[in-house]
Amino acid sequence: MTEFLGTTGLVLNEPLLWEKGRRGRCGFSLPRRDVERCLAPAALTAEGPDFPDLSEVDVVRHYIRLSTWNFSVDTGMYPLGSCTMKYNPKTNERQASHPGFAGAHPLLPSDLCQGALELMAALECLLAEITGLDAVTLQPGAGAHGELAGMLIFHAYHRHKGGARSKIIVPDTAHGTNPASASLCGYTSIPIASNEKGVLSPEAVAAVMDDQTCGIMVTNPNTLGLFEENIKAIADIVHAKGGLVYCDGANMNAVLGMAHMGNMGVDVLHLNLHKTFSTPHGGGGPGAGPVCVARHLEPFLPVPRVKFVDDRYMLSEDFPLSIGKLQAFWGNTANLIRAYSYILTLGAEDLKQVSQLAVLNARYIKERLKGTFHLPYDRPCMHECVFSDKLQQAYKVSTLDIAKRLMDYGFHPPTIYFPLVVPGAIMIEPTETESKETIDVFIDSMKAIAAEARDNPEVLHQAPTRCKRRRLDETAAARKPCLRG
Amino acid sequence: MRYLPHTPEDIAEMLKAAGAESLDGLFAGIPPECRRSAPMVLPNPLTEWELNAHIDRLAGRMAATPDYKVFVGAGSYEHFIPASVGFLTSRSEFVTSYTPYQPEMSQGTLQAIFEYQTLAARLLGMEVANASMYDGASALAEALLMAARITRRSKVAVSQAIHPLYRRVVDTYLKPTGIEVREMPFGSSGTTDPAAIEDPDQLAAVAVQSPNFFGCVEEVASFADRVHAAGALCVAAFSEPLAFGLFRNPGIQGADIACGEGQSLGIPRSFGGPGLGMFAAKMQYVRNMPGRLVGETRDKEDRRGFVLTLSTREQHIRREKATSNICTNNSLCALTAAVYMASLGGTGLRELAQLNFDKAEYLKGKLRAAGISLPFSAATFNEFVAAFPDGFDATYRRLIAKKIVAGLPLGAFYPGLKNHYLLCVTETMSKDDLDTLAREVTS
Repeated sequence: MTEFLGTTGLVLNEPLLWEKGRRGRCGFSLPRRDVERCLAPAALTAEGPDFPDLSEVDVVRHYIRLSTWNFSVDTGMYPLGSCTMKYNPKTNERQASHPGFAGAHPLLPSDLCQGALELMAALECLLAEITGLDAVTLQPGAGAHGELAGMLIFHAYHRHKGGARSKIIVPDTAHGTNPASASLCGYTSIPIASNEKGVLSPEAVAAVMDDQTCGIMVTNPNTLGLFEENIKAIADIVHAKGGLVYCDGANMNAVLGMAHMGNMGVDVLHLNLHKTFSTPHGGGGPGAGPVCVARHLEPFLPVPRVKFVDDRYMLSEDFPLSIGKLQAFWGNTANLIRAYSYILTLGAEDLKQVSQLAVLNARYIKERLKGTFHLPYDRPCMHECVFSDKLQQAYKVSTLDIAKRLMDYGFHPPTIYFPLVVPGAIMIEPTETESKETIDVFIDSMKAIAAEARDNPEVLHQAPTRCKRRRLDETAAARKPCLRG
Repeated sequence: MRYLPHTPEDIAEMLKAAGAESLDGLFAGIPPECRRSAPMVLPNPLTEWELNAHIDRLAGRMAATPDYKVFVGAGSYEHFIPASVGFLTSRSEFVTSYTPYQPEMSQGTLQAIFEYQTLAARLLGMEVANASMYDGASALAEALLMAARITRRSKVAVSQAIHPLYRRVVDTYLKPTGIEVREMPFGSSGTTDPAAIEDPDQLAAVAVQSPNFFGCVEEVASFADRVHAAGALCVAAFSEPLAFGLFRNPGIQGADIACGEGQSLGIPRSFGGPGLGMFAAKMQYVRNMPGRLVGETRDKEDRRGFVLTLSTREQHIRREKATSNICTNNSLCALTAAVYMASLGGTGLRELAQLNFDKAEYLKGKLRAAGISLPFSAATFNEFVAAFPDGFDATYRRLIAKKIVAGLPLGAFYPGLKNHYLLCVTETMSKDDLDTLAREVTS
């Protein structure tokens, strides 16, 4: 008999910040005043904001209590498909917060920041080797920012070639960010459907690819967890019409050491360092979204670029075809340090094993849960598998109910209702850092929930009951927005 | 490998259940032409202890404070960060959680971000602030795109006293959209003249930064008055929000959108990132805002709780019609800023802002007394421009050897400002540090 993880325990209530405190308290050691007070021009000054005054103890208890209302990877398994909630190694935090980096100003003369520049140059080389592409920018602040960089590169490339193009092909399995990023560059998304096997067929691409289409955005492995096996043929079709191939590398964690993006015909790829390379998600950011390109697109990468000249590293602006800058400074350096540390810790063999075990875990779950939950594409999956609520609908139980009930069992729910091509999708990505024991408890919990759906569906409708809050009224929140106190 | 828990026995059992022969066999679906022809060539793996030594070596080649005295701000500021801030924001429950799409088990992050939105809105004097964006520069670009959506106009005017690197990011974002960017010059006071706005009735927005890149306080209100009469929006940018503890905030002056960098609110400089893109607007424009928003609601038992809301603006619902492609907030940085603002409180923030102002005024006085020209006459916050005599670059290099970085040379950003340096003084510099700098730059 499995002992399930979910239980209840004492958590404490905590009001909003401004509902506590007393005027005149301060949680900050004000620096000694060693210069005289001056008067700023009265016409320009004001009272300052209406902030609560709190002691250090008030502040510490406040946030510690809030923290206990969160689930996290360090708490338990977080099988959130497409999000890659793997363990975030603690040594990487030590490296990223090293005072030499944390205390460094971004506009230092290059002689005074050789350490960071060397690290950036080295990380670019590592990411190029891992992806099989030729040149890398580390500047984008997140995956979607990397997508924007990629679309800007498409745009600049076609303009340089003398013909701006107006359309881009985006499969129906794509993340919403793909069409949103493309539309920032004025591209109209041409959606194409995946075939009955859950992947793109070359014919579907050939039917829409023309000389007004700038290229295609493909996620590979795709959001169904399937490898786009026709990618090379698709790339050939797109290239023959003068287009470019963008690969959303959100799922690179499935193919480390196995696939070669250059061989597939990919021209531009973004990586999510917070997925594949284990930098923490931070409750929704910051991430980092480096972009890797094939040699012919290197001139379009954002500036400045790290160069090694006369035995020292420097930041160079000397790239006249560059798309320009995406952030004020050079990228999310703290996350670059974490990802660099991760790669150096694992090395080639263990990075390959990361993908092998990520796929093994997903394949194991797929095999053990199929039959219990409907599996719309019963094919060998990569790092994630997508079920649906089809078998539970007879009991008037939905994907949302299953997800909420899983919380009571002590797991974060999978990604739900995505990808859109699977109605009621339940998208499970275990990642490689979950052990067989943990996954077995997860599988037993999912099976127990399926049994409850049949025998006592009301338990699912009422779930969750073991969290800080019961289900929240999202409709009311949107209808009458209360966005501040 | 300590992050990978599988034993050979686990692997064998799981392969059997999965119906695969070997780990490599799991990848049979990848066609040969898509595979690597050779294994990855990466450095040999490091132990934790070897990695520490390696990173120590790299970090040792950085001119970090407090070893160096770095009198450079320009969008990245050194401020004291209480130990409690780093301690609280290192909590695993904040660091290793995802975007709070499942609100019942994410109330910690959601309440913290609702509080951040509130503190940010109060600091900026705006009606609504979002859950944050990448950085100040990209927030400004998004603000101008938002103004173009609202007004359906396709020209914007941007002050040349806005951070030059922010303006370059604006150019990158706006170039493919066809939105024309006009620049407004700054005058001898170091500020932008509202009379320099041409054809405001054709503009989607006018953007000014205050304090601006030179540290000078702009009169945002006069821009707001002038552009509102012409149906355009006033975008108030900033890179040093601590200034609003002393100077009038964007909202009080009528800004429609306030956006900028929040790094100075307790976030380490980290060689430029991650930072905190702060973004706030008038409530009437909320459905046109980019970025995540947390809102208050009730649960099934009628208890107060928080959720992500108004997501029909966002890419995961709206796809190509979204207000932005952004699907992140720099959540942990927003949390850090909130903890920092809560630690300071209203009283502490006012005092700290005053101290920053006073220290910069002290150094200005010292430099003036030493005969250094401070060319701009406008009031400044914690940074200002000094014009040094020809040949100062040799002094600048000599000071670096003494571990002093005497400001940011402006010639590379503004060819007309050769020999001009942007100097920044925060609470971290003691009177002795300021006396030393004033002495060294004139000797």
